[in-house]
Amino acid sequence: MRSWTRASKLVAGNMNTLKSSLQNIFYYPSAVVGMLVVFLLVFTAVYALVKIPYNEAIRLWRGGEEVWYQNPKFAPPAWINYFSAKKYSESFAVGTSDGTMAKAVTPGPEGTSTMSASYTFDFSYDYYPQEMILYLSSRYKEKQPFISAEWLTPDGRKIRIVNSALNQKQTYRFSQDEKLKTRLGTDEVVPQLFSNPETGNLMKGKYQLLITGATFEPESDIDVEFVFHGQVYGLAGTDHARRDLMVPLLWGAPVALAFGLIASLGTSILTMVIAALGTWYGGWIDELIQRITEINIVLPFLSILIMIGTFYSRSIWVILGATILLSIFTSAIKGYRSIFVQVKESMYIEAARAYGASSPRIVFLYLIPRMIPLLIPGLVSSVPAFVFLEASLALLGLGDPVLPTWGKIIEDANANGALYRGYYYWILEPATLLMVTGLGFAMLGFALDRIFNPKLREV
Amino acid sequence: MAVVTQTPAENTVVRKTSHNSTFVRVSRYVVVRLLTLFVTVVAGIYLTIMIANMGGYVDQIMKGEIRDRITQSIGLNPAMQQMQPAVRKKLIEESIAQEEKRLGLDIPIAIRNFRYLSNALTLNLGRAINMTSDSGSKQVRLILLERLPATLLLMGVSQLFLFFSSILLALNLSRRYGNFWDRAVVALSPTSAVPPWFYGIFMILIFAALLKVLPFGGMVDSPPPSNRFDYAMSLLKHMTLPALSLVLSSFFLSIYNYRTFFLIYSSEDYVEMAKAKGLPSRDVERRYILRPTLPNIITNFAFLIISLWSGATITETVFLWPGLGRTLYHAIGLYDIPIIVGSTIIYAYMLAMTVFLLDFIYALVDPRVKVGGR
Repeated sequence: MRSWTRASKLVAGNMNTLKSSLQNIFYYPSAVVGMLVVFLLVFTAVYALVKIPYNEAIRLWRGGEEVWYQNPKFAPPAWINYFSAKKYSESFAVGTSDGTMAKAVTPGPEGTSTMSASYTFDFSYDYYPQEMILYLSSRYKEKQPFISAEWLTPDGRKIRIVNSALNQKQTYRFSQDEKLKTRLGTDEVVPQLFSNPETGNLMKGKYQLLITGATFEPESDIDVEFVFHGQVYGLAGTDHARRDLMVPLLWGAPVALAFGLIASLGTSILTMVIAALGTWYGGWIDELIQRITEINIVLPFLSILIMIGTFYSRSIWVILGATILLSIFTSAIKGYRSIFVQVKESMYIEAARAYGASSPRIVFLYLIPRMIPLLIPGLVSSVPAFVFLEASLALLGLGDPVLPTWGKIIEDANANGALYRGYYYWILEPATLLMVTGLGFAMLGFALDRIFNPKLREV
Repeated sequence: MAVVTQTPAENTVVRKTSHNSTFVRVSRYVVVRLLTLFVTVVAGIYLTIMIANMGGYVDQIMKGEIRDRITQSIGLNPAMQQMQPAVRKKLIEESIAQEEKRLGLDIPIAIRNFRYLSNALTLNLGRAINMTSDSGSKQVRLILLERLPATLLLMGVSQLFLFFSSILLALNLSRRYGNFWDRAVVALSPTSAVPPWFYGIFMILIFAALLKVLPFGGMVDSPPPSNRFDYAMSLLKHMTLPALSLVLSSFFLSIYNYRTFFLIYSSEDYVEMAKAKGLPSRDVERRYILRPTLPNIITNFAFLIISLWSGATITETVFLWPGLGRTLYHAIGLYDIPIIVGSTIIYAYMLAMTVFLLDFIYALVDPRVKVGGR
């Protein structure tokens, strides 16, 4: 994009400029900000890879309802309560099997026993929760255990929720219980449980869920899990499939970094090497490279990527390979070529030829290293384009089918009408991360460009 | 939009005394140039065709779909349920063969590729496989033509506005180099790393979802207003956000590039000389800065015109704008090779034509350039 002759003046300078130029970087505020962003991104990526290993990430992202059942649907992150005068209820899940819900078992006569578990929690929010669910599991041979649940409100009322014989596994949803609906006289069971019966308003205070069970065999046992789907969840919120958005937000960092850096590194280095080889050997090689470049410019880049994604494979690595292949032979190769033509004639190359250096030696040790100062700004500046390319393809439904990425979140949000239905967090979170990443690399790239291209620094 | 910023020395061929007559030189140049461009277009289109049917892989998908569809429709047809199984099987096979023949799937892929190629090169765009235009036609030409106005409107308005406003603002900034606005543009230029659809999402969030002043997407209200004025107003309302995102995403970088470009030219000695002579700054700008940069500005303009054709696939998708970019994306999803090839060939021809014409335009606007000169 920028002038190549200007840069070629620099090439004629000394390799030491690379070192001294890099020392200048701290004089550019935008470079410092950019570096900070890149550093944070690398840190996040490493953190994500260590904290959630690949297999765990895939399980959390594609596991299915049994992985996500504890989370509410479409829940914004919990920290929005800091910005809202009215508080949204936070989600939680407790169970007797992991000890987060106290359970007491009293043995009775003839192998029977009674079990009781209770959970008390403070409800001081201004919005009703989405749903409450009991996941009940029991062990028995012939005689089914029996369970009953009661609801204690802050004003001392005791509401009978359910009495039931238990199967091995059973799910009880408060809002779906027809008997409870008739007993409470309303279809909106969950709001009713949190309301003052006289005024109909929401009532804050300590609520208690009391569960008592009876088993009729020596080895029989009951476990209860109480899942409370509030209006908000965790640090990142959840999507339409109850997935915690934290997983794709964290994992998006290494994927975006890997895609952006590999694509821009691969593209810039291959472009430079091919341009150098073409210029050095000249003749039909040079001619061939020029023709391929012209043909490549005719090819519709995005359409071909869409075709590869639609017809062949949506794997991010296949798309990455195709992206690099299509990005090598662009107008950049002509730019590099025009500088190599000048460098080829310079004295030190003449000297190398005179002492009998081999062609590969001249190309890889003398020609290419001279261009590194020019390569770096372009390389850094092209990272955002590739990061956004991945997101663009994901938005078109061609994202990687397995990996959780930022683009996939935006696609899901867009497909589920997040903006239309007011789930702004769903789009804003990945969008902010993408934006910060893109701007970080772009700012660093611009600053490097000004550092390495002295002519630009003057103006 | 990539702005071409080159110093004059690279792009011009300095006039040399030549023994050939101008006519011979120019005609030889024209023939060689047209030939290379034609070969380039042929190779590009053939590659696109190869990719568009993935070496025959798409054929298998399509054959499978045809078999499913016909087996099902005949199986579900009550009139045919009375038939003997053998007769019905024969009927199914015949219908499949007929459908494959209709779509040309019975011809080997290698021959079909060349048929696509020769049809494309003669601009005989043919019939779409699965897509139909809104008026019900399967002609590729009609499908593309139907979408063209929408794309031309959106892209034309945004790109032309971007082009002229950035040149004017850049000229202005290059005069006041180093002041607040100049530094603001330099500082904001990295914002162009973000693609237009991304700004689009933010625009929708702010203006459609939160403020509720502009629509989420689409091109006109539904049902479309019958009154011409209302129709135009509705169009304007729907176009604001996509056009704004397209402009915004390239705005600062475009100004920055032109500004840097103009600054480099204004530090030339002859500009200093003109200023020293006491020429008014308008004249200095017109004669000594804009004039030598004209070839580059024209190049950018020419490529802008070409870019109008390809549309903005993702921005159109985000805003549900019924343009060419989105049609192409749909065509790919429906394996509609004639549409993909048709859209590509037109782009390739436009590109080749522009590249060819630009050489002559350079010679017209820059007296130092000579067509075909070496």
